[in-house]
Amino acid sequence: MPDLGAVVRDEVVPARAPWTAEVKAGQTLRIVDLEGNQAVDFLMYAAEDDAERYSAQDTIAAQGALFLREGSVLMSNEGRPMAVVTATAVDYHDTIGGACSCESNTLRYGHHTKSQHACVENFLQGNARYGRGKRDMVSNINWFMNVPVEADGALGIVDGISAPGLFVDIRAEMDLVVVVSNCPQINNPCNGFRPTPVRMVIAG
Amino acid sequence: MTEFSTADPASARAHARSMAGTRVEAMPTVPASAAEDRPDGVAPQAMLWAETIAPGGYAAKRLNRGARLRLIDLKGDACVSMLVFNAERPVERLNVADTQKVQWNAYLGAGSLLLSDMGKVLMSILEDTAGAHDAFCGASNAASNARKYGVGDNWGPHPNARDRFMLGVAKFGLGRKDVHPCVNWFKGVWIASDGATRFDATPQAPGRQLTLRAEMDVIVVLANCPHVLDPRSDYAVTPARVLAWRGEPTPPDDPIRNATPEGLRAFQNVEEDLAR
Repeated sequence: MPDLGAVVRDEVVPARAPWTAEVKAGQTLRIVDLEGNQAVDFLMYAAEDDAERYSAQDTIAAQGALFLREGSVLMSNEGRPMAVVTATAVDYHDTIGGACSCESNTLRYGHHTKSQHACVENFLQGNARYGRGKRDMVSNINWFMNVPVEADGALGIVDGISAPGLFVDIRAEMDLVVVVSNCPQINNPCNGFRPTPVRMVIAG
Repeated sequence: MTEFSTADPASARAHARSMAGTRVEAMPTVPASAAEDRPDGVAPQAMLWAETIAPGGYAAKRLNRGARLRLIDLKGDACVSMLVFNAERPVERLNVADTQKVQWNAYLGAGSLLLSDMGKVLMSILEDTAGAHDAFCGASNAASNARKYGVGDNWGPHPNARDRFMLGVAKFGLGRKDVHPCVNWFKGVWIASDGATRFDATPQAPGRQLTLRAEMDVIVVLANCPHVLDPRSDYAVTPARVLAWRGEPTPPDDPIRNATPEGLRAFQNVEEDLAR
């Protein structure tokens, strides 16, 4: 792994938990998939004006590709670079699969899953401390998650391509507030059917 | 107009009133029942909306459950970007990720559902003669339009879809934070096996159309701006026609409602929400 400089925060997010952080321009957030194939749902907002936030669609349009790889520039809804994937040990990450919610779980798996914890619950809780709410939910990034699109448009969350100890480094291009859900999903392979902790390091 | 004086209120009023009845290409027909292109089989009194959206223009409308919304690519080069909200609680809105993920497919067409972020169906697609749409690339923005065309703001000749959306949602009391990821009709983006986007800007035959059905009371916001991936250096986009009319809510035996188990639950969640 690249040397990131002086470490500001270094903590482990428990399985199923939310996590928030302020990452200053020039700092790097490193996410380590400690036990392998743990989806880390990720949103970010411009610290200065949180109506400017990560935009999956602007990012896809700007790079002309779905997958987030080393070198991908993560764009805001105003078309500005928010962060860059400076290094990753995983071939690619997802930004089309969205976040699991109690409500979408009822569609995908049945109403018996309504009461299960979900990423949108984590995002809402994480954002609440900043005064944000449901209208601040937009399409997110899913680090360490694999969502291929086939020729006929068939798409789905399939078995992951990460492994224990693999990482992604995200360097902030502006002051950011990052909101993460360490995904609690147990009905599809995004966490290998077993949610696990991840490590968060902010440095620089 | 030059024969009018505007030196005093009475003459200024006469001048203003003399403009009534002017016809331009991009305008609403009010009442919509007077639209000359009313769809076959639709009674005049059933018409809810008839409007032509200019290149770079936008429009927004509340439609009740069961209403049909038809978008027509009049000249073959429209790009109609769309937001959808639950009219009763606009904090519920289109979720493109759930729309694709829940239906296990990336491409929208006849029979597809537009799903909300609350596990419900907002609208369904009854008919689609275009077969080329995009739920991946989103709206152009001021920066992307400025790069391509110079000024990209609402006040200039090259408005961007995101700022058009901002004005459209503002008229329903919503703001910048409510401009959510959108779908783009009439311009196709396809995904290669390595994840690359493939965009086709070629103008198509005039008259391609898409007909949607509102599955709850919705607010739709439309912007007709060049697609964000459009490589052409000119602001290439042509007018879009919008027609809407009253219709019956979806019956229990509707084939789209029953097409998939996931979609059926999306309808059931709407029906449960509307049970009062």
